[in-house]
Amino acid sequence: MNVELRDIHKIFAAVHANNGINLKIPAGVIQGILGENGAGKSTLMKILSGFYQPSQGQILLDDKPVIIRSPADATRQGVGMLHQDPLDFPSMRVIDNFLIGHPGELIPDRGQAAAQLEAIQQKLGFSLRPEAHVDTLTVGERQQLEILRLLWLGVRVLILDEPTTGISALQKEKLFAALRLLAQEGKTIIFVSHKLEDVEVLCHKVAVLRQGRLIGEMLPPFNITRLVEMMFEKVITLGNRRSCCRGEISFRLNALELEDARLHIPGVSLEVQGGEVIGLAGMEGSGQALFLRACAGLVRAVGGHISINEHDLTGKPYHTYLEHGIAYLPAARLEEGLAPGMTLTEHFLLAGEARGFNIDWEQGRKVAQERIADFNIRGTPASPIEALSGGNQQRALLALLKHPLNLILLEHPTRGLDIESSIYIWDKLKERCAEGAVILFISSDLEELLQYSDRLLVFFSGEVSSPLDAERTTVEHLGQFIGGKGWAA
Amino acid sequence: MKNLRWNNFLFQLVAFLLALAFTSLIMVFAGAPPISAYVEILGGAFGSVNSLANVVVVWMPLLLVTSGLLITFTAGLWNIGIEGQITLGAIFTTAALRLLQESSLPPWLIILLAMLAGVAGGALWAVMAGLLKTFGGVNEIFGGLGLNFVATALTLWLIFGPWKRPGTGSMSGTEPFPDTLWLPQLPGLRLSPWSVIFGAAAIYLVYRLLSGTYFGLRLKAIGKNVRAAFLLGVPAWQHSLLAFALCGFFAGLAGALQVTAVYHRLIPSISSGYGFLGLLVAMLVNYQALWAAPVALFFAALNIGSIQLPIMLNLDSSLSGVLQGMLVLFVLLTEGARKRWLQKNG
Repeated sequence: MNVELRDIHKIFAAVHANNGINLKIPAGVIQGILGENGAGKSTLMKILSGFYQPSQGQILLDDKPVIIRSPADATRQGVGMLHQDPLDFPSMRVIDNFLIGHPGELIPDRGQAAAQLEAIQQKLGFSLRPEAHVDTLTVGERQQLEILRLLWLGVRVLILDEPTTGISALQKEKLFAALRLLAQEGKTIIFVSHKLEDVEVLCHKVAVLRQGRLIGEMLPPFNITRLVEMMFEKVITLGNRRSCCRGEISFRLNALELEDARLHIPGVSLEVQGGEVIGLAGMEGSGQALFLRACAGLVRAVGGHISINEHDLTGKPYHTYLEHGIAYLPAARLEEGLAPGMTLTEHFLLAGEARGFNIDWEQGRKVAQERIADFNIRGTPASPIEALSGGNQQRALLALLKHPLNLILLEHPTRGLDIESSIYIWDKLKERCAEGAVILFISSDLEELLQYSDRLLVFFSGEVSSPLDAERTTVEHLGQFIGGKGWAA
Repeated sequence: MKNLRWNNFLFQLVAFLLALAFTSLIMVFAGAPPISAYVEILGGAFGSVNSLANVVVVWMPLLLVTSGLLITFTAGLWNIGIEGQITLGAIFTTAALRLLQESSLPPWLIILLAMLAGVAGGALWAVMAGLLKTFGGVNEIFGGLGLNFVATALTLWLIFGPWKRPGTGSMSGTEPFPDTLWLPQLPGLRLSPWSVIFGAAAIYLVYRLLSGTYFGLRLKAIGKNVRAAFLLGVPAWQHSLLAFALCGFFAGLAGALQVTAVYHRLIPSISSGYGFLGLLVAMLVNYQALWAAPVALFFAALNIGSIQLPIMLNLDSSLSGVLQGMLVLFVLLTEGARKRWLQKNG
């Protein structure tokens, strides 16, 4: 289906999120949409998929002007969107999720639906079990389910918003192969991302947005330096690796054994120096999240010992871990890390030391103001946390960390952030390392893992590798290792 | 900012007018003249010193209950069990008075001990709902509802069983206590100045607690996102239990006042529905403690004012409940409409 956007504007209060965007996407093309956070990509896609109405402008499908009233209306007209966080029903089975949203009889024909699901997924090379419960699937598999569902609904334009965050290298390959196949069939694919390498290998055409405007388009071969310039107005390099290792051991794991409903991690032993950064690599759900939570004192180990600066913390409650200067920053910022509905000042007061019984609001606002300036957060002390952009929420989360800390545990510290924000966040984290804090972090971004870690632990379905020296590991090697290749039997 | 406040006020006003309009409509269907009904209500509430005092008699326990509920609301808890907590406060107070009335203790001490017992009773019932939630996985709405039924049954059993009047038990309650065991009242009125002191102190304390202390901030964090609060180091379930206990404390105090200052005995519906009414007030003021006082006064005035209706206009006095319910519904409704409006035009 040919898609055309004509002079699209979207204005939210003070923000001109989309400013006169014109874009033509012919059928059979994989169109990349690049831009940093807040460039207006998501807004544009939400307009095309019926979540928002444009303030001005026109959408044409197959050269006919249309009005898309709602997401359901969008699917009826052939436009479907795959959201960054899968919008599914985790407690229900795959087949029931597949059936949801399908117009039809009062009593759905599950057998027929399962057969059709099977037919589509065979074509695309997916292998989901219809009877599996969605909460047992990985993010990548949930994405596959959503794609299958949209295709079954007859979608001819498929929008994917940051589909490669949080999925494994292997799943990414599968996804890209499926998308290429769909494009060959004449479907229109719109691929929203800020990952240059993904866009480079996949897209037939790239449009770059910056501050709500369409800066320009590019056809392959892509000039990456030029694309980065278009996105940021300047070239960014990641800077040199630097290590802050201090020599003396600060964090120690002794044959730590972990278990949950799906995984069993047999004894991990690890000695980490003060200031050292350990990257935890692996496909989502390979055990690294469980491991990190155990280090935070949120999951109790089945066996083994954890100690920090020679204090044994094995089996102690979470607040003892906090008292020993251990901090845990979850990936789901608004769900677990921050409290929507509360202001920045309230967050800082909550996370800081309570001075007496009564709150000194004046002092609280002053501290908030300082931290906001210090961490370059775009907001005011009175801003509700949910009003900040993702990058600013992540900065706020970092600004909440106490001083001093011995161990910082992070899940996907830069997921969904643009390069500039990521560099900023790592600068702040490295400052903590320089003060002697140990960092353990999970990431699915191989570049990030190699750039910032001193050593790496690779997880593969509960197996944990011995520590790898990050400096002597390549992206290719790490990628293969994560995918399960190169493990000694 | 100023515009927003005006805008908010305008929507609230619309809600109030809509509630009046719909209640009037119901009256028209019932064949009653709305205007004279409202005049009667106003007159019934504010027409004489006596009726004014009666309004305050309702206002104060309502304010106590609302103060407690503001705490649990802030912590994100729906303390539906508030009715039972008032009732247990009354039962414990009655029990203490019965136990001590024959003793040689001075009356003021007996009253004090009885009120403390009432407070403990309310807190106990609230903590039960809290424990059921924390350790039993029972949602506080269901737990509270269940405990309400138990409290009502307990009252009836006591009135018709162990505490029945000499001869035969009746719905009019237990044998009244001698007036030495009453809280002192203003001359010629049913109103005790102690009620006013407790009510005013409660709302002020809760206002301070929620807006100016770390405890209040932690409760708010739990209410907004319990997981994040826990990760940031707030002992979440302990604070929830404490919120329940504090709410029960105020509810128990309201129950104790019902016995020592108003009825001077245990009656079957000793809570007078103030618990549910308090829930309405708390919802209406939307966490802002200072607004609780005027709104509770308005509700109390409606309750007392509508007592006149059956006599003067042959209408049922539950009309005030209709108006109160309408008001809450329309305020919530217009709040939703306002948010939509802001999203579009803000």
